Amino acid sequence: MNRWKLWLPLVLFAGFCLVAVWPLLHPPSSDIHSQLIGKPLPQFSLKPASPDLPGVSTQDFRDGKPKLLNVFASWCVPCAAEAPQLGQLQRQGATIVGIDLRDRPEDLAQFLAGNGNPFARIGADDIGAVQLGIGSSGVPETFVIDGQGTIRYQHIGDIRQDDVAMLLGKLKEAES
Amino acid sequence: MIAEFGLAALWLAAALAALQLLCGALVLRKDEPEVAAVISEIVRPVAVVQGVLAAVSFLALLVCFGRLDLSVKLVAMNSHTMPLIFQLAATWGNHEGSMLMWVTIMALAGTLIALIERRLPERTLIATLAGQAFVALGFYGFILYSSNPFERLDPPAAEGLGLNPALQDIGLAFHPPMLYLGYVGLSVAFSFAIGALLTRQVTPDFARAMRPWVLGAWICLTLGITAGSYWAYYELGWGGWWFWDPTENASLMPWLAATALLHSVSVLAARDALRTWTIMLGVIAFSMSMVGTFLVRSGILTSVHAFAVDPKRGAFILVLLAIYIGGALTLFAVRAGTVAEGERFAITSREGALVVNNVALSALLGIVLVGTLYPLVTEAYGVKVSVGPPYFTPVSAMFFLPMLVVLAVGPLLRWRRDSLERIQGPLVLFFVVAVAALAGIWFNTSIGFLPLIGMALAAMLAVASFMPARGRSLRRLPLAVWGMMIAHFGVAVGLFGMAADSAFTVEKLVAVREGETVEVGPWRATLKTVEPVAGPNWTALEAGLAVSYDGGPGKLLSPQQREFWAPVQKTSESALLTRWNGQLYTVLGDEADDGRWQLRLWWKPFVTWIWYGGILIGLGGLLSLLGRVGTDLKRRHAQVRIARRKRTAE
Repeated sequence: MNRWKLWLPLVLFAGFCLVAVWPLLHPPSSDIHSQLIGKPLPQFSLKPASPDLPGVSTQDFRDGKPKLLNVFASWCVPCAAEAPQLGQLQRQGATIVGIDLRDRPEDLAQFLAGNGNPFARIGADDIGAVQLGIGSSGVPETFVIDGQGTIRYQHIGDIRQDDVAMLLGKLKEAES
Repeated sequence: MIAEFGLAALWLAAALAALQLLCGALVLRKDEPEVAAVISEIVRPVAVVQGVLAAVSFLALLVCFGRLDLSVKLVAMNSHTMPLIFQLAATWGNHEGSMLMWVTIMALAGTLIALIERRLPERTLIATLAGQAFVALGFYGFILYSSNPFERLDPPAAEGLGLNPALQDIGLAFHPPMLYLGYVGLSVAFSFAIGALLTRQVTPDFARAMRPWVLGAWICLTLGITAGSYWAYYELGWGGWWFWDPTENASLMPWLAATALLHSVSVLAARDALRTWTIMLGVIAFSMSMVGTFLVRSGILTSVHAFAVDPKRGAFILVLLAIYIGGALTLFAVRAGTVAEGERFAITSREGALVVNNVALSALLGIVLVGTLYPLVTEAYGVKVSVGPPYFTPVSAMFFLPMLVVLAVGPLLRWRRDSLERIQGPLVLFFVVAVAALAGIWFNTSIGFLPLIGMALAAMLAVASFMPARGRSLRRLPLAVWGMMIAHFGVAVGLFGMAADSAFTVEKLVAVREGETVEVGPWRATLKTVEPVAGPNWTALEAGLAVSYDGGPGKLLSPQQREFWAPVQKTSESALLTRWNGQLYTVLGDEADDGRWQLRLWWKPFVTWIWYGGILIGLGGLLSLLGRVGTDLKRRHAQVRIARRKRTAE
């Protein structure tokens, strides 16, 4: 066997490393963001999920006041973890509209009793149709909707303490 | 406490691996023979203890998962109250746990080498163990610095996030350990190759020592891939059995390399030829395991079931690859020229056929690798493409199908030099069988070109695989020859299944009301009911589907649509009915507005033969392994007896 042929595998492997380094330096984003950011909310109307609060429809977002739209459920563990932050946002003036995903009324009541109720309205999305419609792929997710009903921002996952100020800022931005 | 105990054991194991590497390096420098002899004594015990410690660490993680200790972050992220078997399987259903399993199997392989390997020259053995420690050290470092499985969660979680429902399946509980045994078994072949290069001892004895490891790894890979393919087939609800997904390719590439290695190591053992090839393939096979791991774990390829997507970890593994594979290939380039060529042989000989088989397998490996990496290259230019079955299937068939002809003829040839005239009889028989099958299928059906050729070659191979037994007493045929015949027959069976499945599958997608009947192929299926049912950690809608084959007696199938709540996910549980000549595959879909249910039905003639083929191949390997180990033990006993007799004579 020729001596140079013995180096061939190493050369091929070096080529592989070059091919592999590029995407490592430019990782694709793995979060699935809604295609609807910057677009109006689709038409929907959800029946009330809780006897104490009204349901949710697209019209509710057209009153000129920016709102947070929170997709949650009583069976979702991170939703319980973000409840204190939602309460904090509400106390600082944010209007929070909830979409309760595939839930039972008694479970929801227990969840709200245990974790506090920061919501102005809660709609029951029993089959996840509205969730998919607004481009959300998991719970919890929180959207910033401006006064005309346009989706401005999507927050994926639970709201941590560090996110509160950021979300208040996004609401402020959405006023303009 | 158990988690800390496990972590401590892991650190200790890593420290011992470092010691093992250091001692090995000192012995190889051989400046002072007496010192070297003393240090050499240390290496084996260190390797044994290192393996035991790694196993202790893995057991500690198993206990954490078994007890559902939610103060361990990994457990909280990946488990949930579910049947115990899945709670335990969740240990390796995630990145950190599977890496720990990897390094544990690797360390235990080192233990086994240290305990039982007696054929290698002492220096080659020490070099092998040092190589093994070197590779393991990188993985210990990877786990301890970027994938610590024992990290605590403070405060502990109230409930775990759960295991991906698709993984909550008995098939998936056993498929990964099987594959890992295979990957890591190849690490032994890798270390052997390095050891032999370092000490320049590429001999038939070396090949005989290496062969059982390659054979064992290859059996596990074969069975692991077969199980994984069947799992994807019945669990994902798509009715396909191979998708050429990067994750699947990641297991196929080491298998192709291991298959080539298995054959070339046999040539080296029997005939002292193909020395450089064998060393090369030893390096390549394990490199493919690591490259596959890297591709799947780094997130640089989009795969339906890639997990632990994390570029930082990807960078770490890439550095490890560069060190190990780059280092091994450099050593190969420098040293392989000094390894003498070995025995010569004519093209028409058993060796010649095995070389052709090796080249074809390597070409297949290249095709799969290029197809898997191609999207990466185009993405660098901003173009997203996905390479799937339309590329892989015809291109790989182009190499695979001709290879089968060599597979049929090769085992009939003699070593070193032979002529085709000598085996004229069998050759004519193969030709007649192939042509008869081709004509028979051609006149009775109208199927595509590739399936047609595939079925004809399968028929030929089925006959050819048992030819090596002709004219010999079946009872005195060595177990290894039985193994080879059964494995080759398995290839024929599997190939027939693949060709039949792609040629004859009938699919129906319909929306039916309760009480309505659908026909698919020879089957009639009536939707009787759709009712809710509940399981331990899921609820489901279950269809009652009465089916009958060709007017025969009715049977009930119950495909389900399951909803898991931890994590929230829907899965389709297909229901299958298996006959000897195929499988009816049913999936329940969504409910339409008007009360009709979507049903997807497949009649897949001979599809199960694909996996029967895989099992036969694995079984053939197992018989070979038993035969080889048996012969070795006999030889060793004989040697001991001769030595004893000599001593008494003196």
